[in-house]
Amino acid sequence: MSEERFHPARERRRRAGLIFRVACLASIGFSIAVLAILIVDVARDGWSWLSVDFLTRYPSRIPERAGIKSAILGSLWMMALTAGISFPLGVGAAIYLEEYAPRGWLTRLLQTNIANLAGVPSIVYGILGLAIFVRFLGFGRSVLAGAATLALLALPVVIIASQEALRAVPNSLREASYGVGATRWQTIRHQVLPVALPGILTGTILSLSRSIGETAPLIMIGALTFIAFAPTSPMDPFTVLPIQIFNWTAKPQAEFHDLAAAAIIVLLVVLLLMNAAAILLRNKYQKRF
Amino acid sequence: MYAKNLTRTLLALAPLLLAAGCGGGEGEADTMALSGMVAIDGSSTVFPISEAMAEEFQIANPGVRVTVGISGTGGGFKKFCAGETDISDASRPIKPSEIEACAANGIEPMEIPVAWDGLTVVRNPSNDWAVCMTVDELARLWQPGSTVQRWSQIRPDWPDEEIVLYGPDTDSGTFDYFTEAIVGQEDASRDDYTASADDNVLVVGVEGDAGSLGYFGFAYYEESSDRLGAVAVDSGSGCVLPSRETIEDGTYSPLSRPMFIYVKPEALAKPQVRAFVKFYLDNAATLVPEVGYVPLAADRYEESLGGLPPEM
Repeated sequence: MSEERFHPARERRRRAGLIFRVACLASIGFSIAVLAILIVDVARDGWSWLSVDFLTRYPSRIPERAGIKSAILGSLWMMALTAGISFPLGVGAAIYLEEYAPRGWLTRLLQTNIANLAGVPSIVYGILGLAIFVRFLGFGRSVLAGAATLALLALPVVIIASQEALRAVPNSLREASYGVGATRWQTIRHQVLPVALPGILTGTILSLSRSIGETAPLIMIGALTFIAFAPTSPMDPFTVLPIQIFNWTAKPQAEFHDLAAAAIIVLLVVLLLMNAAAILLRNKYQKRF
Repeated sequence: MYAKNLTRTLLALAPLLLAAGCGGGEGEADTMALSGMVAIDGSSTVFPISEAMAEEFQIANPGVRVTVGISGTGGGFKKFCAGETDISDASRPIKPSEIEACAANGIEPMEIPVAWDGLTVVRNPSNDWAVCMTVDELARLWQPGSTVQRWSQIRPDWPDEEIVLYGPDTDSGTFDYFTEAIVGQEDASRDDYTASADDNVLVVGVEGDAGSLGYFGFAYYEESSDRLGAVAVDSGSGCVLPSRETIEDGTYSPLSRPMFIYVKPEALAKPQVRAFVKFYLDNAATLVPEVGYVPLAADRYEESLGGLPPEM
């Protein structure tokens, strides 16, 4: 009786399981293969151009003399300022939304808008940056205008990641803190934030590493320029690694395409270092409850 | 012990410090320690010259910061007349409307010719028929509302293949000059072509399309002459290919044109801008041919040098 109702079909189920496993393996294999082809291709073109001189020289019309010093320093400036603007704003907004805001339609509206902003194409932020920072606020085509534009771009992701981190803090912690008489500010300052910080930092670093690879919004605010000096103040004109790469790939001579490949390697290394830092921070400070 | 060490260190360093001090002093006397900014923007055709000048000038004067943007001749003048830049690169003379815009902001642009360019009509290398075209044929192809879509519509014995057109955008001085010289009226052009302010985009476009035709400055053609073919232009006295010789002696007509930089006199009062313009004129004869353009006769540069307003 039970034999008739129950068809074990173990062979078929096992085969289905195997197919699924192979399909999953194929998808990861495909992504890694594409990445590997890209890296090998870039490395083959650019490897021979990489040298200390390449890192410490300014761009030049002569390929043998060209380097990326102004682009590296510009990217570092850009990263520091973008972090300085987007981190406090983003974490502040997240703390308000998670810890203070009343649960109501206004909060939901804010929440939806932030989630939508995270999906806005970067060139739109470029247009916004050109209108507001470059022209209206009169920052000109400066590091500050670029960083403010990129900070806008990074902000939604920083807010959402910080919210996730705050939400992951167990409520028992807050209740215990209130229980011994701490105020809300003391609870956030001494209990919630320290626990959430690794998650917040990871999210911030990941969104920053997306920002330093951005080209379109910076071209929009007019950063496509020959610059052979390092910025020394936030109001200086600048160039960054992705723009230098764009500039070189657009030149007709093949040597410049190889130089662009070398600059791509440098940009990839910077990105890897940033992502590694994010993982280290998370592993070092993460507490489990 | 500590004091002794310190004294010894200072003594050891003394010659170095002295040398550094003297070196600094001499440097100042030589270059008057120029510093500050020189902001340049404008034509992408003139860009290679200004880029080379900016690079060499900054090697000679490390204190000065020169930026060179690519906004097209028209876009460059907009910034120049708004007072945002010191020097504007231009591949055509300034228009009366632009002089007015400048005057509205109290800016009187000073014109300095820096090089000759031969605006080059280019074809894909696999195109072996359109090696020479008359001005009239080019005009029929590019005039506004042109219905020419296939090569066979220009000359019946050319293949029945689609023409894909590439050209500079309307902000470009090259566009202004080409329409004036070929169509006969400035800015009159068909608009169903791929337009880009970046000449390299045009190079790549024409290179990738067998039936394509485009036009841009001579330097960009010369850099990529292994990937593109030039179309000789016949203005009534036979087919002439653009080359340094035909551009200089004017036989490559009507597409030989002078290129300029425009400076505002107020900017010339700044020592670093003045020094840069002088450097530009002093080195044009060597750097202009290096980046693929044809230099003017030497006395033209000296004339411009002499025409700079007296130092204040």
